[in-house]
Amino acid sequence: MSSKVLIVAEHDGTKLNPSTAKCVTCARGITGAEITVVVCAADASAIASQAAQLAGVAKVLTVENPANAHLLAAVLAPQIVALAGPFTHVFGPSTTFGKDLMPRIAALLDTAQVSDVMATQSPTRFCRPIYAGNAILTVEFDGAAKIVATVRTASFEAAPNGGSAAIEKASVDAALPTHTRFVAVSAAKSDRPDLQTASRVISGGRALGSADAFKILYSLADKLGAAVGASRAAVDAGFAPNELQVGQTGKIIAPELYMAIGISGAIQHLTGIKDARTIVAINKDSEAPIFEVADFGLVGDLFQIVPELERLIGA
Amino acid sequence: MKRILVGIKRVVDYNVRIRVKPDGSGVITDGVKMSINPFDEIALEEALRIKERGGAEEVVVVTIGPADCQPQLRTALAMGADRALHVQADGVIEPLVAAKAILKLVEREQPLLVILGKQAIDDDNSQTGQMLAALWNRPQATFASKVELAEGKARVTREVDAGLETLEVDLPAVVTTDLRLNEPRYVKLPDIMKAKKKPLETLTLSAIGVEQKQRLKLVKFEPPPQRQKGIRVKDAAELVEALRTKGLL
Repeated sequence: MSSKVLIVAEHDGTKLNPSTAKCVTCARGITGAEITVVVCAADASAIASQAAQLAGVAKVLTVENPANAHLLAAVLAPQIVALAGPFTHVFGPSTTFGKDLMPRIAALLDTAQVSDVMATQSPTRFCRPIYAGNAILTVEFDGAAKIVATVRTASFEAAPNGGSAAIEKASVDAALPTHTRFVAVSAAKSDRPDLQTASRVISGGRALGSADAFKILYSLADKLGAAVGASRAAVDAGFAPNELQVGQTGKIIAPELYMAIGISGAIQHLTGIKDARTIVAINKDSEAPIFEVADFGLVGDLFQIVPELERLIGA
Repeated sequence: MKRILVGIKRVVDYNVRIRVKPDGSGVITDGVKMSINPFDEIALEEALRIKERGGAEEVVVVTIGPADCQPQLRTALAMGADRALHVQADGVIEPLVAAKAILKLVEREQPLLVILGKQAIDDDNSQTGQMLAALWNRPQATFASKVELAEGKARVTREVDAGLETLEVDLPAVVTTDLRLNEPRYVKLPDIMKAKKKPLETLTLSAIGVEQKQRLKLVKFEPPPQRQKGIRVKDAAELVEALRTKGLL
Protein backbone atom coordinates (compact mmCIF):
# COMPACT_ATOMS: atom_id res chain seq x y z
CA MET A 1 0.00 0.00 0.00
CA SER A 2 1.40 3.37 -0.88
CA SER A 3 1.83 5.93 1.86
CA LYS A 4 -0.21 9.12 2.00
CA VAL A 5 1.11 11.59 4.53
CA LEU A 6 -0.91 14.50 5.93
CA ILE A 7 1.28 17.20 7.49
CA VAL A 8 -0.32 19.71 9.83
CA ALA A 9 1.16 23.13 9.03
CA GLU A 10 2.46 25.30 11.86
CA HIS A 11 2.12 29.04 11.32
CA ASP A 12 1.61 32.33 13.12
CA GLY A 13 -1.46 33.45 11.18
CA THR A 14 0.44 34.86 8.22
CA LYS A 15 3.70 32.95 7.82
CA LEU A 16 4.43 29.26 7.56
CA ASN A 17 6.79 28.11 10.32
CA PRO A 18 10.00 26.48 8.97
CA SER A 19 9.16 23.41 11.06
CA THR A 20 6.63 22.45 8.38
CA ALA A 21 9.32 22.25 5.68
CA LYS A 22 11.27 19.92 7.96
CA CYS A 23 8.24 17.66 8.34
CA VAL A 24 8.07 17.52 4.54
CA THR A 25 11.67 16.30 4.39
CA CYS A 26 10.93 13.66 7.02
CA ALA A 27 7.88 12.49 5.06
CA ARG A 28 9.94 12.34 1.85
CA GLY A 29 12.06 9.73 3.62
CA ILE A 30 9.13 7.35 3.20
CA THR A 31 9.56 5.87 -0.28
CA GLY A 32 6.83 6.89 -2.66
CA ALA A 33 4.93 8.93 -0.10
CA GLU A 34 2.33 11.34 -1.42
CA ILE A 35 2.47 14.46 0.74
CA THR A 36 -0.42 16.78 1.58
CA VAL A 37 -0.09 19.81 3.85
CA VAL A 38 -3.16 21.07 5.69
CA VAL A 39 -3.35 24.71 6.77
CA CYS A 40 -5.95 25.53 9.41
CA ALA A 41 -6.24 29.29 9.83
CA ALA A 42 -8.67 32.17 9.91
CA ASP A 43 -7.24 33.29 6.57
CA ALA A 44 -5.12 30.57 5.02
CA SER A 45 -4.28 32.00 1.61
CA ALA A 46 -0.79 33.43 2.22
CA ILE A 47 0.30 30.45 4.33
CA ALA A 48 -1.06 27.96 1.81
CA SER A 49 0.86 29.50 -1.06
CA GLN A 50 4.07 29.24 0.97
CA ALA A 51 3.34 25.56 1.68
CA ALA A 52 2.53 24.93 -2.00
CA GLN A 53 6.06 26.01 -2.95
CA LEU A 54 7.76 23.35 -0.84
CA ALA A 55 9.36 20.73 -3.05
CA GLY A 56 7.72 17.35 -2.60
CA VAL A 57 4.28 18.61 -1.58
CA ALA A 58 1.56 17.25 -3.87
CA LYS A 59 -1.40 19.17 -2.46
CA VAL A 60 -2.27 21.84 0.09
CA LEU A 61 -5.61 21.75 1.86
CA THR A 62 -6.94 24.88 3.53
CA VAL A 63 -9.46 24.90 6.36
CA GLU A 64 -10.58 28.47 7.01
CA ASN A 65 -12.56 29.23 10.12
CA PRO A 66 -12.49 32.18 12.55
CA ALA A 67 -12.08 29.54 15.30
CA ASN A 68 -8.65 28.77 13.79
CA ALA A 69 -7.29 32.27 14.44
CA HIS A 70 -5.32 30.78 17.32
CA LEU A 71 -4.02 27.26 17.03
CA LEU A 72 -5.77 25.55 19.94
CA ALA A 73 -5.26 21.79 20.08
CA ALA A 74 -8.81 21.09 21.26
CA VAL A 75 -10.22 23.05 18.31
CA LEU A 76 -7.81 21.79 15.64
CA ALA A 77 -7.81 18.10 16.52
CA PRO A 78 -11.37 17.28 15.45
CA GLN A 79 -10.83 19.12 12.14
CA ILE A 80 -7.67 17.16 11.35
CA VAL A 81 -9.38 13.92 12.33
CA ALA A 82 -12.27 14.74 9.97
CA LEU A 83 -9.75 15.10 7.12
CA ALA A 84 -7.55 12.15 8.05
CA GLY A 85 -9.68 9.45 6.38
CA PRO A 86 -7.66 8.86 3.18
CA PHE A 87 -4.24 9.19 4.82
CA THR A 88 -1.92 6.52 6.20
CA HIS A 89 0.22 8.95 8.26
CA VAL A 90 -0.44 12.23 10.07
CA PHE A 91 2.69 14.24 10.89
CA GLY A 92 3.32 17.44 12.81
CA PRO A 93 6.47 19.12 14.08
CA SER A 94 7.91 18.32 17.49
CA THR A 95 7.58 21.97 18.53
CA THR A 96 5.30 23.08 21.36
CA PHE A 97 2.57 23.46 18.70
CA GLY A 98 2.89 19.87 17.47
CA LYS A 99 3.57 18.35 20.88
CA ASP A 100 0.34 19.89 22.14
CA LEU A 101 -1.79 18.94 19.14
CA MET A 102 -0.63 15.61 17.71
CA PRO A 103 -1.35 13.32 20.72
CA ARG A 104 -4.87 14.76 20.81
CA ILE A 105 -5.28 13.72 17.18
CA ALA A 106 -3.77 10.28 17.83
CA ALA A 107 -6.15 9.59 20.72
CA LEU A 108 -9.19 10.58 18.66
CA LEU A 109 -7.96 8.22 15.93
CA ASP A 110 -7.42 5.51 18.59
CA THR A 111 -3.84 5.05 17.53
CA ALA A 112 -0.32 5.38 18.91
CA GLN A 113 1.97 8.34 18.33
CA VAL A 114 5.66 8.13 17.54
CA SER A 115 7.17 11.20 19.21
CA ASP A 116 10.30 12.99 17.92
CA VAL A 117 10.97 10.96 14.78
CA MET A 118 14.63 11.42 13.83
CA ALA A 119 14.70 8.93 10.93
CA THR A 120 12.23 6.90 8.88
CA GLN A 121 13.46 3.41 8.04
CA SER A 122 10.29 2.24 6.33
CA PRO A 123 6.67 3.42 6.21
CA THR A 124 6.16 1.76 9.62
CA ARG A 125 9.62 1.86 11.21
CA PHE A 126 11.05 4.93 12.91
CA CYS A 127 13.97 5.96 15.11
CA ARG A 128 13.51 8.30 18.06
CA PRO A 129 15.58 9.49 21.01
CA ILE A 130 14.60 8.50 24.55
CA TYR A 131 16.13 9.23 27.98
CA ALA A 132 17.16 12.75 26.91
CA GLY A 133 18.90 11.35 23.87
CA ASN A 134 20.95 8.83 25.86
CA ALA A 135 19.44 6.02 23.82
CA ILE A 136 17.99 5.74 20.35
CA LEU A 137 14.93 3.53 20.05
CA THR A 138 13.72 1.94 16.82
CA VAL A 139 9.98 1.25 16.82
CA GLU A 140 7.81 -0.69 14.40
CA PHE A 141 4.18 0.29 14.12
CA ASP A 142 2.01 -2.77 14.38
CA GLY A 143 -1.47 -2.82 12.91
CA ALA A 144 -3.63 -1.16 10.32
CA ALA A 145 -4.39 2.10 12.14
CA LYS A 146 -3.04 5.45 11.01
CA ILE A 147 0.43 6.39 12.15
CA VAL A 148 0.63 9.71 13.98
CA ALA A 149 4.07 11.19 14.55
CA THR A 150 5.86 14.32 15.62
CA VAL A 151 9.00 15.15 13.69
CA ARG A 152 12.19 16.11 15.50
CA THR A 153 12.93 19.20 13.43
CA ALA A 154 16.66 19.30 14.28
CA SER A 155 17.10 15.97 12.47
CA PHE A 156 15.95 17.22 9.07
CA GLU A 157 16.89 19.94 6.63
CA ALA A 158 14.01 22.15 5.49
CA ALA A 159 12.52 21.07 2.16
CA PRO A 160 13.57 23.64 -0.45
CA ASN A 161 11.17 25.73 -2.48
CA GLY A 162 10.55 24.85 -6.09
CA GLY A 163 7.24 23.01 -5.89
CA SER A 164 3.88 24.19 -7.13
CA ALA A 165 1.26 22.10 -5.38
CA ALA A 166 -2.44 22.57 -6.02
CA ILE A 167 -4.27 24.44 -3.27
CA GLU A 168 -7.73 23.16 -2.41
CA LYS A 169 -10.31 24.44 0.06
CA ALA A 170 -11.49 21.68 2.35
CA SER A 171 -14.77 21.78 4.18
CA VAL A 172 -14.76 20.08 7.50
CA ASP A 173 -17.75 18.71 9.29
CA ALA A 174 -16.71 18.67 12.93
CA ALA A 175 -18.17 20.06 16.13
CA LEU A 176 -15.65 22.55 17.53
CA PRO A 177 -15.47 23.00 21.29
CA THR A 178 -15.66 26.42 22.97
CA HIS A 179 -14.34 25.21 26.33
CA THR A 180 -10.81 26.43 25.52
CA ARG A 181 -10.21 30.12 24.83
CA PHE A 182 -7.08 31.97 23.79
CA VAL A 183 -6.34 34.94 26.06
CA ALA A 184 -2.92 36.28 25.12
CA VAL A 185 0.58 35.47 24.06
CA SER A 186 3.53 37.46 25.29
CA ALA A 187 6.73 37.18 23.36
CA ALA A 188 9.70 39.45 23.55
CA LYS A 189 9.93 41.29 20.24
CA SER A 190 13.31 40.65 18.77
CA ASP A 191 15.10 41.44 15.52
CA ARG A 192 17.47 38.55 16.11
CA PRO A 193 17.12 35.30 14.14
CA ASP A 194 14.72 32.68 15.45
CA LEU A 195 16.48 30.35 17.89
CA GLN A 196 15.02 27.22 16.35
CA THR A 197 16.22 27.93 12.82
CA ALA A 198 19.26 30.20 13.30
CA SER A 199 22.53 29.04 11.75
CA ARG A 200 24.48 30.55 14.64
CA VAL A 201 23.47 30.45 18.31
CA ILE A 202 25.18 32.03 21.32
CA SER A 203 23.98 30.43 24.55
CA GLY A 204 24.59 31.46 28.13
CA GLY A 205 24.45 29.58 31.40
CA ARG A 206 24.36 30.14 35.12
CA ALA A 207 27.89 31.54 35.12
CA LEU A 208 26.60 34.76 33.54
CA GLY A 209 25.27 35.54 37.01
CA SER A 210 22.51 38.03 36.12
CA ALA A 211 20.07 39.14 33.45
CA ASP A 212 22.19 42.26 33.09
CA ALA A 213 25.33 40.25 32.38
CA PHE A 214 23.44 38.37 29.65
CA LYS A 215 23.63 41.58 27.62
CA ILE A 216 27.22 40.81 26.64
CA LEU A 217 25.88 37.74 24.84
CA TYR A 218 23.22 39.75 23.01
CA SER A 219 25.93 42.14 21.92
CA LEU A 220 28.15 39.33 20.59
CA ALA A 221 25.13 37.66 18.97
CA ASP A 222 24.26 40.85 17.11
CA LYS A 223 27.77 41.10 15.76
CA LEU A 224 27.48 37.53 14.45
CA GLY A 225 23.87 37.68 13.32
CA ALA A 226 23.24 34.92 15.83
CA ALA A 227 20.25 33.91 17.93
CA VAL A 228 20.58 33.80 21.72
CA GLY A 229 19.85 30.71 23.78
CA ALA A 230 20.15 29.76 27.43
CA SER A 231 20.57 26.77 29.69
CA ARG A 232 17.79 25.70 32.03
CA ALA A 233 19.80 27.01 34.98
CA ALA A 234 19.99 30.47 33.42
CA VAL A 235 16.26 30.52 32.68
CA ASP A 236 15.35 29.21 36.15
CA ALA A 237 17.50 31.95 37.66
CA GLY A 238 15.64 34.57 35.63
CA PHE A 239 18.64 35.61 33.51
CA ALA A 240 16.78 34.82 30.26
CA PRO A 241 13.13 34.22 29.25
CA ASN A 242 11.77 30.67 28.94
CA GLU A 243 11.56 30.72 25.14
CA LEU A 244 15.36 30.79 25.00
CA GLN A 245 15.81 27.50 26.83
CA VAL A 246 17.77 24.87 24.92
CA GLY A 247 17.67 21.22 25.99
CA GLN A 248 15.56 18.15 26.72
CA THR A 249 12.60 20.18 27.88
CA GLY A 250 13.32 23.31 25.87
CA LYS A 251 14.27 23.69 22.25
CA ILE A 252 16.21 21.08 20.29
CA ILE A 253 18.36 22.92 17.77
CA ALA A 254 20.89 22.16 15.02
CA PRO A 255 22.77 25.35 14.12
CA GLU A 256 26.00 25.45 12.09
CA LEU A 257 27.72 27.11 15.04
CA TYR A 258 26.76 26.80 18.70
CA MET A 259 28.70 28.72 21.34
CA ALA A 260 28.06 27.57 24.90
CA ILE A 261 29.22 30.30 27.24
CA GLY A 262 29.35 29.63 30.96
CA ILE A 263 27.32 26.43 30.46
CA SER A 264 28.61 23.36 32.30
CA GLY A 265 26.85 20.96 29.92
CA ALA A 266 24.33 18.86 31.85
CA ILE A 267 23.11 15.89 29.80
CA GLN A 268 19.68 17.55 29.55
CA HIS A 269 21.32 20.53 27.84
CA LEU A 270 23.55 18.46 25.56
CA THR A 271 20.55 16.63 24.15
CA GLY A 272 19.33 19.94 22.75
CA ILE A 273 22.55 20.66 20.82
CA LYS A 274 23.95 17.31 19.74
CA ASP A 275 23.09 18.01 16.10
CA ALA A 276 24.93 21.33 16.03
CA ARG A 277 27.61 21.23 13.32
CA THR A 278 30.31 22.94 15.43
CA ILE A 279 30.19 23.44 19.19
CA VAL A 280 32.36 25.99 20.97
CA ALA A 281 32.61 25.91 24.76
CA ILE A 282 33.87 28.74 26.92
CA ASN A 283 34.00 27.94 30.61
CA LYS A 284 36.30 28.64 33.51
CA ASP A 285 35.99 25.05 34.78
CA SER A 286 38.29 22.93 32.61
CA GLU A 287 36.50 19.79 33.86
CA ALA A 288 33.04 20.93 32.71
CA PRO A 289 31.25 18.18 30.73
CA ILE A 290 30.56 20.63 27.89
CA PHE A 291 34.22 20.23 26.86
CA GLU A 292 33.56 16.52 26.13
CA VAL A 293 31.35 17.45 23.19
CA ALA A 294 32.92 20.74 22.12
CA ASP A 295 34.84 20.98 18.85
CA PHE A 296 36.68 23.98 20.26
CA GLY A 297 37.12 24.49 23.99
CA LEU A 298 38.46 27.60 25.66
CA VAL A 299 39.06 27.62 29.41
CA GLY A 300 38.89 31.07 30.93
CA ASP A 301 36.86 33.97 32.25
CA LEU A 302 33.91 34.58 29.97
CA PHE A 303 33.69 38.21 31.06
CA GLN A 304 37.10 38.78 29.48
CA ILE A 305 36.76 36.41 26.54
CA VAL A 306 33.35 37.47 25.24
CA PRO A 307 34.18 41.19 24.79
CA GLU A 308 37.48 40.19 23.23
CA LEU A 309 35.71 37.88 20.78
CA GLU A 310 33.38 40.69 19.86
CA ARG A 311 36.34 43.00 19.21
CA LEU A 312 38.26 40.39 17.17
CA ILE A 313 35.23 39.47 15.05
CA GLY A 314 34.54 43.11 14.33
CA ALA A 315 38.13 43.66 13.29
CA MET B 1 -16.09 16.88 46.69
CA LYS B 2 -13.69 19.17 44.86
CA ARG B 3 -10.94 16.80 43.88
CA ILE B 4 -7.70 16.91 41.91
CA LEU B 5 -6.31 13.79 40.30
CA VAL B 6 -2.55 13.68 39.78
CA GLY B 7 -0.80 11.12 37.60
CA ILE B 8 2.68 9.98 38.56
CA LYS B 9 5.11 7.66 36.83
CA ARG B 10 8.03 5.76 38.28
CA VAL B 11 11.13 6.44 36.19
CA VAL B 12 14.90 6.02 36.37
CA ASP B 13 16.14 8.87 38.56
CA TYR B 14 17.26 11.86 36.53
CA ASN B 15 20.78 11.71 38.00
CA VAL B 16 21.41 8.18 36.76
CA ARG B 17 23.67 7.79 33.74
CA ILE B 18 21.65 5.77 31.25
CA ARG B 19 23.32 2.77 29.60
CA VAL B 20 21.90 0.66 26.81
CA LYS B 21 22.04 -3.12 27.33
CA PRO B 22 24.69 -4.75 25.12
CA ASP B 23 22.04 -6.88 23.36
CA GLY B 24 19.99 -3.78 22.46
CA SER B 25 16.88 -5.04 24.25
CA GLY B 26 16.50 -2.02 26.54
CA VAL B 27 18.36 0.20 28.95
CA ILE B 28 19.88 -1.06 32.17
CA THR B 29 17.45 -0.60 35.07
CA ASP B 30 18.60 -3.38 37.43
CA GLY B 31 19.85 -1.90 40.68
CA VAL B 32 19.26 1.63 39.39
CA LYS B 33 17.65 4.31 41.55
CA MET B 34 14.00 4.90 40.66
CA SER B 35 12.04 8.07 41.44
CA ILE B 36 8.82 9.90 40.69
CA ASN B 37 9.12 11.54 37.27
CA PRO B 38 10.25 15.12 38.12
CA PHE B 39 7.44 16.73 36.10
CA ASP B 40 4.90 14.63 38.03
CA GLU B 41 6.34 15.84 41.33
CA ILE B 42 5.66 19.35 40.08
CA ALA B 43 2.11 18.26 39.19
CA LEU B 44 1.56 16.93 42.70
CA GLU B 45 3.04 20.04 44.29
CA GLU B 46 0.67 22.22 42.27
CA ALA B 47 -2.33 20.14 43.34
CA LEU B 48 -1.27 20.37 46.99
CA ARG B 49 -0.87 24.15 46.74
CA ILE B 50 -4.31 24.51 45.15
CA LYS B 51 -5.75 22.45 48.00
CA GLU B 52 -3.88 24.50 50.62
CA ARG B 53 -5.34 27.68 49.10
CA GLY B 54 -8.83 26.18 49.43
CA GLY B 55 -9.31 25.45 45.73
CA ALA B 56 -9.75 21.72 46.29
CA GLU B 57 -10.59 19.37 49.13
CA GLU B 58 -8.83 16.20 48.13
CA VAL B 59 -5.74 15.25 46.13
CA VAL B 60 -5.65 11.71 44.70
CA VAL B 61 -2.52 10.29 43.06
CA VAL B 62 -2.66 7.55 40.47
CA THR B 63 -0.04 5.45 38.80
CA ILE B 64 -0.15 2.65 36.26
CA GLY B 65 2.69 0.18 36.49
CA PRO B 66 4.15 -2.86 38.23
CA ALA B 67 3.98 -3.63 41.95
CA ASP B 68 7.38 -1.91 42.34
CA CYS B 69 5.66 1.48 41.96
CA GLN B 70 4.33 1.47 45.51
CA PRO B 71 7.32 3.27 47.07
CA GLN B 72 6.74 6.18 44.68
CA LEU B 73 3.04 6.25 45.60
CA ARG B 74 4.01 6.27 49.30
CA THR B 75 6.36 9.18 48.59
CA ALA B 76 3.49 11.02 46.95
CA LEU B 77 1.32 10.35 50.00
CA ALA B 78 4.13 11.62 52.22
CA MET B 79 4.29 14.80 50.15
CA GLY B 80 0.64 15.34 51.06
CA ALA B 81 -1.67 13.44 48.69
CA ASP B 82 -4.74 12.14 50.54
CA ARG B 83 -4.95 8.75 48.88
CA ALA B 84 -3.44 6.71 46.08
CA LEU B 85 -4.74 4.51 43.28
CA HIS B 86 -2.43 1.91 41.79
CA VAL B 87 -3.46 0.30 38.52
CA GLN B 88 -1.12 -2.66 38.41
CA ALA B 89 0.28 -3.70 35.05
CA ASP B 90 3.53 -5.24 33.89
CA GLY B 91 5.22 -4.70 30.56
CA VAL B 92 4.96 -1.80 28.16
CA ILE B 93 2.19 0.68 28.92
CA GLU B 94 1.80 3.01 25.96
CA PRO B 95 0.50 6.55 26.54
CA LEU B 96 -2.85 5.72 24.93
CA VAL B 97 -3.36 2.83 27.37
CA ALA B 98 -2.33 5.08 30.27
CA ALA B 99 -4.78 7.76 29.09
CA LYS B 100 -7.61 5.23 28.82
CA ALA B 101 -6.87 3.93 32.30
CA ILE B 102 -6.79 7.42 33.81
CA LEU B 103 -10.06 8.21 32.01
CA LYS B 104 -11.71 5.26 33.81
CA LEU B 105 -10.51 6.67 37.13
CA VAL B 106 -11.66 10.16 36.12
CA GLU B 107 -15.15 8.78 35.51
CA ARG B 108 -15.09 7.23 38.96
CA GLU B 109 -13.51 10.12 40.88
CA GLN B 110 -15.06 13.07 38.99
CA PRO B 111 -12.15 15.48 39.56
CA LEU B 112 -12.34 19.16 38.69
CA LEU B 113 -8.75 19.04 37.49
CA VAL B 114 -6.32 16.38 36.35
CA ILE B 115 -2.66 17.42 36.55
CA LEU B 116 0.08 15.41 34.88
CA GLY B 117 3.73 16.03 34.06
CA LYS B 118 4.29 17.32 30.54
CA GLN B 119 6.54 14.36 29.75
CA ALA B 120 8.20 11.42 31.45
CA ILE B 121 11.98 11.63 31.39
CA ASP B 122 12.34 7.98 30.36
CA ASP B 123 10.41 7.69 27.09
CA ASP B 124 10.15 11.48 26.55
CA ASN B 125 6.81 10.92 24.80
CA SER B 126 4.78 13.91 26.04
CA GLN B 127 1.44 12.36 25.08
CA THR B 128 -0.63 11.08 28.00
CA GLY B 129 -2.20 14.37 29.14
CA GLN B 130 -3.24 15.40 25.66
CA MET B 131 -4.64 11.94 24.94
CA LEU B 132 -6.62 11.94 28.17
CA ALA B 133 -8.10 15.36 27.36
CA ALA B 134 -9.07 14.13 23.88
CA LEU B 135 -10.78 10.96 25.12
CA TRP B 136 -12.49 12.88 27.93
CA ASN B 137 -13.51 15.57 25.43
CA ARG B 138 -12.31 18.28 27.83
CA PRO B 139 -9.82 21.17 27.56
CA GLN B 140 -6.08 20.70 27.81
CA ALA B 141 -3.55 23.27 28.96
CA THR B 142 -0.13 21.75 28.39
CA PHE B 143 3.34 22.91 29.50
CA ALA B 144 1.89 25.08 32.28
CA SER B 145 4.04 27.58 34.17
CA LYS B 146 1.13 29.17 36.08
CA VAL B 147 -2.32 27.89 37.05
CA GLU B 148 -5.05 30.09 38.53
CA LEU B 149 -8.45 28.63 39.39
CA ALA B 150 -11.62 30.68 39.44
CA GLU B 151 -15.24 29.56 39.64
CA GLY B 152 -15.62 26.81 37.06
CA LYS B 153 -12.59 27.99 35.08
CA ALA B 154 -8.83 27.95 35.05
CA ARG B 155 -6.46 30.47 33.58
CA VAL B 156 -3.24 28.77 32.58
CA THR B 157 0.02 30.28 31.36
CA ARG B 158 1.88 27.95 29.02
CA GLU B 159 5.54 27.86 28.02
CA VAL B 160 5.43 27.79 24.22
CA ASP B 161 8.13 28.31 21.59
CA ALA B 162 7.09 31.92 21.03
CA GLY B 163 7.08 32.84 24.73
CA LEU B 164 4.22 32.61 27.20
CA GLU B 165 0.66 31.88 26.11
CA THR B 166 -2.37 32.27 28.35
CA LEU B 167 -5.48 30.15 27.89
CA GLU B 168 -8.77 30.16 29.72
CA VAL B 169 -10.34 26.73 30.04
CA ASP B 170 -13.62 25.52 31.50
CA LEU B 171 -13.35 22.93 34.24
CA PRO B 172 -12.95 20.05 34.42
CA ALA B 173 -9.73 20.13 32.42
CA VAL B 174 -6.33 18.52 32.03
CA VAL B 175 -3.18 20.49 32.86
CA THR B 176 0.36 19.29 32.15
CA THR B 177 3.23 20.88 34.01
CA ASP B 178 6.41 22.54 32.87
CA LEU B 179 9.52 23.02 34.98
CA ARG B 180 8.92 26.50 36.28
CA LEU B 181 5.41 25.97 37.64
CA ASN B 182 6.72 25.44 41.17
CA GLU B 183 9.44 23.83 43.23
CA PRO B 184 8.26 20.63 44.89
CA ARG B 185 8.51 20.39 48.67
CA TYR B 186 10.79 18.02 50.51
CA VAL B 187 9.26 15.11 52.34
CA LYS B 188 9.70 15.18 56.13
CA LEU B 189 10.21 12.06 58.21
CA PRO B 190 6.96 12.31 60.22
CA ASP B 191 5.06 12.59 56.94
CA ILE B 192 6.67 9.37 55.73
CA MET B 193 5.34 7.66 58.86
CA LYS B 194 1.89 9.16 58.39
CA ALA B 195 1.84 8.16 54.71
CA LYS B 196 2.01 4.50 55.68
CA LYS B 197 -1.50 4.77 57.05
CA LYS B 198 -3.03 6.62 54.12
CA PRO B 199 -5.31 4.62 51.78
CA LEU B 200 -3.70 2.97 48.76
CA GLU B 201 -6.09 1.09 46.54
CA THR B 202 -4.83 -1.50 44.09
CA LEU B 203 -6.63 -2.15 40.81
CA THR B 204 -5.78 -3.88 37.55
CA LEU B 205 -6.19 -2.78 33.95
CA SER B 206 -8.61 -5.60 33.24
CA ALA B 207 -10.66 -4.81 36.36
CA ILE B 208 -11.21 -1.26 35.11
CA GLY B 209 -11.85 -2.50 31.58
CA VAL B 210 -8.79 -1.32 29.68
CA GLU B 211 -6.96 -3.52 27.19
CA GLN B 212 -3.16 -3.31 27.42
CA LYS B 213 -2.64 -3.02 23.70
CA GLN B 214 0.87 -2.44 22.38
CA ARG B 215 0.89 -0.74 19.01
CA LEU B 216 4.59 0.09 18.79
CA LYS B 217 6.99 -2.83 18.81
CA LEU B 218 10.31 -1.91 20.42
CA VAL B 219 12.73 -3.21 17.80
CA LYS B 220 16.04 -2.16 19.30
CA PHE B 221 17.77 0.25 21.63
CA GLU B 222 21.13 1.75 20.68
CA PRO B 223 23.52 4.17 22.30
CA PRO B 224 23.56 7.52 20.51
CA PRO B 225 26.45 8.33 18.18
CA GLN B 226 29.24 10.05 20.10
CA ARG B 227 30.71 13.35 19.02
CA GLN B 228 34.41 13.41 18.30
CA LYS B 229 36.29 15.10 21.08
CA GLY B 230 37.57 18.45 19.87
CA ILE B 231 40.60 20.58 20.61
CA ARG B 232 41.43 23.19 23.22
CA VAL B 233 42.37 26.66 22.08
CA LYS B 234 44.43 28.95 24.31
CA ASP B 235 42.70 32.28 23.83
CA ALA B 236 40.02 34.25 21.99
CA ALA B 237 42.35 35.04 19.07
CA GLU B 238 43.08 31.38 18.43
CA LEU B 239 39.36 30.57 18.65
CA VAL B 240 38.45 33.25 16.10
CA GLU B 241 41.24 32.00 13.82
CA ALA B 242 40.00 28.40 14.10
CA LEU B 243 36.41 29.41 13.33
CA ARG B 244 37.52 31.52 10.35
CA THR B 245 39.53 28.58 9.00
CA LYS B 246 36.39 26.44 9.16
CA GLY B 247 34.43 29.15 7.37
CA LEU B 248 32.17 29.72 10.36
CA LEU B 249 32.90 33.44 10.75
